Amino acid sequence: MTTNKTPQSKHSMKNIDSNNHVQGKSIYVDDVPTVRGTLYACVFGSPIAHGVIKNLDTSKATEIEGVHSVLTYKDVPGENQIGGIIPDEPLLAEHHVHFQGQPIALVLAEDEKTAQAAVHHIQVDIDPLPIITNPREAHANGDIIGAVRTFTLGDTKTAFEKCKYIFEGKAESGGQEHLYLETQGAYAQPQENGNIRIISSTQGPTAVQRMTARMLGIPMHKIEIDVTRLGGGFGGKEDQATLWAALTAFGVYCTGRPVKYILHRLEDLKMTGKRHPYSSDYKIGLDENLKIIAFEAQYYQDAGASADLSPAILERTLFHCTNSYFIPNVLATAYSCRTNTPPNTAFRGFGGPQGMYVIEVAIDRAASEIGVSTIDIQRKNLLQEGSEFPYGQIVANCEAVSCWDDAISRYDLANIQAEIEDFNHKNVHLKKGLALMPICFGISFTNTQMNNARALVHVYSDGSVGVSTGAVEMGQGVNTKMLQVAAFMLGVNPERVKIETTNTTRVANTSPSAASATADLNGKAVKDACNQILARLQRIAADMLGVQPEDIILKDEIVFVNGKATDITWVQLVHKTFMRRENLSAKGHYATPKIHFDKTKEKGHPFAYHVYGTAITVATVDCIRGRYDFDCVKIVHDFGTSMNRIIDLGQTEGGLVQGIGWMTMEELLYNEEGRLLSNALSTYKIPDIYAVPKEIDVHFLNTDNSNLAIFKSKAVGEPPLMYGIGAYFAVRNAVKAFNPNTQMAFSAPITPEKVLMGLYDNKTV
Amino acid sequence: MIEFILNDKKITTQEVSGTTVLDFIRYHQHLTGTKIGCREGDCGACTVLVGRLEEGQLSYQSMTSCLMPLGNTHGKHIVTIEGLNMKELSPVQQAMVDEGGTQCGFCTVGFIVSLSGYTLSQSKPSYRDAIAAIDGNICRCTGYKSIERATENIVIGLKNKDLSDRITWLVERGYLPSYFKTITERLAALNKAISKKISSKEKDAIIVGGGTDLFVQKAEEMPQHTINHLFDEMYLNKIYEKDGKCYIGAACTAEDLRSSSIMNNIFLKMYEYAKLVSSTPIRNMGTIAGNFVNASPIGDLTIFFLALDATIILNNGITKRAIQLKDFYQGYKQLEKQKEEHIEQVYFEIPSKNNTYFNFEKVCKRTHLDIASVNSACLLEIKNGIIIKAHLSAGGIGPIPTYLIESSAFLLGKEVSPDLVRELNQVVQTEISPISDARGTKEYKRLLLRQLVYAHFLTFFPQKLNIHLVLE
Repeated sequence: MTTNKTPQSKHSMKNIDSNNHVQGKSIYVDDVPTVRGTLYACVFGSPIAHGVIKNLDTSKATEIEGVHSVLTYKDVPGENQIGGIIPDEPLLAEHHVHFQGQPIALVLAEDEKTAQAAVHHIQVDIDPLPIITNPREAHANGDIIGAVRTFTLGDTKTAFEKCKYIFEGKAESGGQEHLYLETQGAYAQPQENGNIRIISSTQGPTAVQRMTARMLGIPMHKIEIDVTRLGGGFGGKEDQATLWAALTAFGVYCTGRPVKYILHRLEDLKMTGKRHPYSSDYKIGLDENLKIIAFEAQYYQDAGASADLSPAILERTLFHCTNSYFIPNVLATAYSCRTNTPPNTAFRGFGGPQGMYVIEVAIDRAASEIGVSTIDIQRKNLLQEGSEFPYGQIVANCEAVSCWDDAISRYDLANIQAEIEDFNHKNVHLKKGLALMPICFGISFTNTQMNNARALVHVYSDGSVGVSTGAVEMGQGVNTKMLQVAAFMLGVNPERVKIETTNTTRVANTSPSAASATADLNGKAVKDACNQILARLQRIAADMLGVQPEDIILKDEIVFVNGKATDITWVQLVHKTFMRRENLSAKGHYATPKIHFDKTKEKGHPFAYHVYGTAITVATVDCIRGRYDFDCVKIVHDFGTSMNRIIDLGQTEGGLVQGIGWMTMEELLYNEEGRLLSNALSTYKIPDIYAVPKEIDVHFLNTDNSNLAIFKSKAVGEPPLMYGIGAYFAVRNAVKAFNPNTQMAFSAPITPEKVLMGLYDNKTV
Repeated sequence: MIEFILNDKKITTQEVSGTTVLDFIRYHQHLTGTKIGCREGDCGACTVLVGRLEEGQLSYQSMTSCLMPLGNTHGKHIVTIEGLNMKELSPVQQAMVDEGGTQCGFCTVGFIVSLSGYTLSQSKPSYRDAIAAIDGNICRCTGYKSIERATENIVIGLKNKDLSDRITWLVERGYLPSYFKTITERLAALNKAISKKISSKEKDAIIVGGGTDLFVQKAEEMPQHTINHLFDEMYLNKIYEKDGKCYIGAACTAEDLRSSSIMNNIFLKMYEYAKLVSSTPIRNMGTIAGNFVNASPIGDLTIFFLALDATIILNNGITKRAIQLKDFYQGYKQLEKQKEEHIEQVYFEIPSKNNTYFNFEKVCKRTHLDIASVNSACLLEIKNGIIIKAHLSAGGIGPIPTYLIESSAFLLGKEVSPDLVRELNQVVQTEISPISDARGTKEYKRLLLRQLVYAHFLTFFPQKLNIHLVLE
C-alpha cells in the first residue's frame, strides 16, 4: 500500500467534454435541432393521489387549435406496461390512479405551449380512495411490494442475552429529489418500416428500448435508442427516463410524426420518483468492551405507488445494514411498502445510505446512553480482514481500519477535538460538533445477471478510433475513462480516439449506467475489444518485421520490438493491416467473474470488491437562529489506483455534497392528500455554493489489490455520498453541546427547523 | 418593436414584450447554449448578461433569462454564451476546464456567463465578489469545490485589470471577443434612434418591473398580456437624500440598494442584509415596488422597510398620494391600492447616527438563495437609556408582511434588559398567527420569531445580554 498527496488536478486527463461544456456546445436532448413536423407532448396527470377513474373527457382539449390529438391507454397498441422488475406500472392510467401526477392522457400539439395549455382543458372524474403516505401504515395494511427480505448472521436472540447494553429505537431518513439540472425528456422520430428512433436522456437505453417495444407490441430491433449525454442522472434516469421516452414513441406510433417531450421542472418534480424515505426500527447490543455483538433492524421503505426499482434498492439496504462494522449476530428485515406518492427510484447509493444511517444512529444512541464517545464504538467494531458480512461474503482486502487510522493521524483528530472543546467553552451562541463517518460500499449490481457489458471498437483505415459502449455519460466522466482505456490499450494518443454516442444498435442488451460499476464493466469490455484488435495488429507487425507477435508492443503510436522502437508508426501498421484485409473492428465482452448470490438463502459473494473510506466532519451551529455551516470535511478514501484523479476527486466532492444535502436541507414534504409541497426549486433546496463545507480535503489512499476494477481504479460514483451522513451527526453533536437535555429524534434531514427545535427542547439555563 | 443587440447582432423584433428572453434566444434565435433548468430563477442555468448605458458608461449585470421579459431588453446588450465564445477558450472557460469545474455540463454555461460578467465588474477583483457573482448558479454534480478553485484562478488572472478601460483590457487578454469594444458606441446610437418606450399604456396593461415574481406565478399568461414596462423608467430608478429623508425610486432593484452609497452609509451592514436576499441575478432584476406589491408575507425588502416605518407614494397617472407601508397591507395579497395606481417611490426618515439601532434577520432552509421561513427587522432609538422609538416587523408569521404594532408600542418608554426582551416576546406571540407550510411548522415559526427578536437585541446589546440571561 502506498499513499500520495491529493493530486494537483491539472495532472490528470481532463474530462473530454469540458471544452464543449464551457462553450455551451454540448448537445442535450432539447438542443437537438427539431425536424419539420415535430409535435410536442404534454402529460395530463392525475389531480388525485388515489382513486378510480369514473370518466375522462379529453374532447375540449382536442378541439383547441394546434392540438393534434389526445391519447389515452386505449390507444396503446401493445401492453400498457412499463414496470421493470414487477409489471405494476401502466404507461397511462386505465381505471385506477395511485399518485398525484400519474399520467392519464398525452396531449400532442404543434408547439410546446399549446400542449401545456391544452392539458388544463382535460377533465377527469375520480372516485377517491384512502390515501396512504406513510410506509408503516402501508405495512400495517399489508400493502407490500415483492418479497419481505431478511438477512441473518449468527443468532441475535442468544447474543442479546449476553449483551451488557441493549438499546432500541427508531430512525427516519427522508427522500431526496435528484434535481438533475436537465429535466427528463426524449425526442422520438419515425423511421421507415415503422421503426422508431428515440433520442433519450436515459441511464438505461436498453430498458427504454425493451419497455417501448413491449408497449408498442413490436420487436426490440424496431426501436433504436441513442444517448449523447445526460445533464445529470444520479439514478433518477435509470428507470424513470423510460416513461417519457416511451410516451414520445407512442406519439410517433399513433401520429407518424416526430414527437418531443421535455418536462417542465414543475412536472418533473411532481411526477417522478425520488430517493426512498425510510422509517426503521433498530435494536443494538454491546458487551462490556463496547463490541457490538447483536444488531436487529426492520426497514420500512416508502416505495411510492409502484415497484420501479424498489425491490432492488431494498436489497441494497440490507447489504449495507452494518456499514463498515463487523457484527457477528445480525437479523435485518426489510419491507417495501406501497404508498400514494410517485414511484420512488434509484438515487446514488441505491438504498445503501438509508441502511448505513440506521446503524450509525444505533451506535450514536448507544454511545450517548452509555456515556462514551461514538468514535470509540465505531473504531472498536470496524471490519477486519476475514470478517463475514451478513450476506456471507468474506471481507477481503479490507481498508476500513487503514482509512480510519490514517484519517485520525493525518488530520490530527485530537487537535480538532481540542479546538472544538475550546471553541465551545468560549462561545455561548455558537457551538461546534464533530462526527466521523466510515463507509464500506459493495461494488457490482446486486443482481448478478446485470454485471456484464460490451463494447464495439473500430479502428478506421486512417488510424483513428471509434469506441462504442453501453456506458452513458452523465457527468461522471465515464467517456473520458473509456477513452483512456482505449488509448492506453492501443498505444495511441487520446486525440485519435472518439467516444461514440450510446446506441442500442451498436451495443445491445446493456445494463444501465448505475451501481458505480459503469467504468469497470464497460472499461473491461473496451479492453477486451482492444486486445482482439491488438492481437491482429501484432501479428501483422511481426510479419512485417520478421519477429514473433509476442515481441511486439504498441506504444506512443510506434511499434516496439522487445522494448526497442521501430520506424513503423501506428498509422502505417493500421494501413498495412487494412490492406491485408484483416478485421480492424472488434466487439468486446465482459462479465464480472466470481460473483454470485443466492436469494433463497440470502447468502453469497455478490460484490466484486468493496470501497472504503472515512470522513471527519465539523459543523458550527448558530444557536440563536438554528442555522449551521460546515467548517470542514476531511476524507481518506480508498480509490484503488485512480486512473483519473481529477474525475475521481470531482466524484468524491460532488457525492459528499449531495449526501450532505440529503442529510441537512433537502426536505421532501407531501401533505395528507399526497400532494408534494416542496414542489419547486423555491421550496426544495439543494446546496448552493455558500452551503458547502468551507474546506473539503480528500486524501487518496492508493491501494493495489482491486483486480476487478478497471486498471485497479476503484469505482467512485456512489460511495462518497455516504460521507454526508457524518454531517447529520456533526450538527446534532453541536446542538447537544448547547443543549445536553435535547430529546431530538433521529430524523433526517436535520433542517434548520429541527435544529432550532432541538436547541430549545427541554432547554434549561 | 423591441430593439436590442444580442451578442454581436442587432435585433429588431415584433415579438410580444412578455415573451421571456430565454424562449426568445433558445427558440427564436436557436442559441441553445443557454439552458433551461427551472424557469423560476432558482438555478441560474439560463443566466445571460445584460449591458446598458448609463450616462455613457457601459455596465453589465447577470440576469436569469427565464424571468426576464423581452420588453426589458429594449435598448440593451444581451450576451449569451455564444456571444462570449472565441476561437480559444477565455481564461474563465479555461479555468473551469483545468479545475474540473464542469461535470454534466448543464449548469456550466450559467457559471461561465456569471463569471464572465464578473470579469466586467468595475470594482477591484476579489475572491469574495467573484463567488458572490455565482451565488445564483446551482450545480448538482461538483459540490462546488472545483468551481471555487477555478474562481480563485480567475481572480488571480484579473489582478492587474485596468479598471479605467476594462473592456479593452479584457478583449486584449482573450476574456471577451473584440466586438465588445464596439458596444458602447452601438448602444449609444441605438438608444438615440429608438423610441424610448415599448410599454403599453392601455388601461388593462399589466405593470411589470423586473418580472421576478410575475413570471414565476403567471408564467403561462404573461406572454398574452399587454405590459407596461416600468423597469427602465429613469424617474423610478433614483435613490437620493433630502431633508433627513431617503427617497428610493420604485424600480430600484435590490442590487441598487445593496450598492447604493447612501444606503451603505445609513446601514453599515447593508452588504450582509442584501446577501440574504435571493441571489445576484435576481437582485439585479427584482424591484423594491415589485416586492411591496407582490405582498408576499415574507418579502424581505418589505419587512426591511416596515421597520423603517417607510412611506410609499402611489401614482394613478393623474394624482399622487402617500401612504404608510404598514397601512398598505389589508389582508392576504390585498392592497390599499387602486387598480390604476402604481408605486412611484418609497421614503423613510434616516435614523440618527447615534443611539439608533437597526437590524434585519432572516432564516430559511438554505441561508442564501432561499425564501425566508421567518424574517424580521427592528429599529430602536434610545435616549438616556430609554427606548423612545421602536419599530418591529416580521414576515412568515401571518397572511401579510407584518408591522408588529403592539410589540413596537410595548417597547416605548422602557429600558433594555433581559426581562424586557422576554416580555417583548410574549407580546409578539399574541400578535402573530403563523401557519404550517413547506417553510416550516407553525410551532417552529413561533419559536423562530422569538429567536429573531432575541437576535435583534443580542446584536444591539452584546455586552448587556446573552441568550442565557434572556431565557432565564
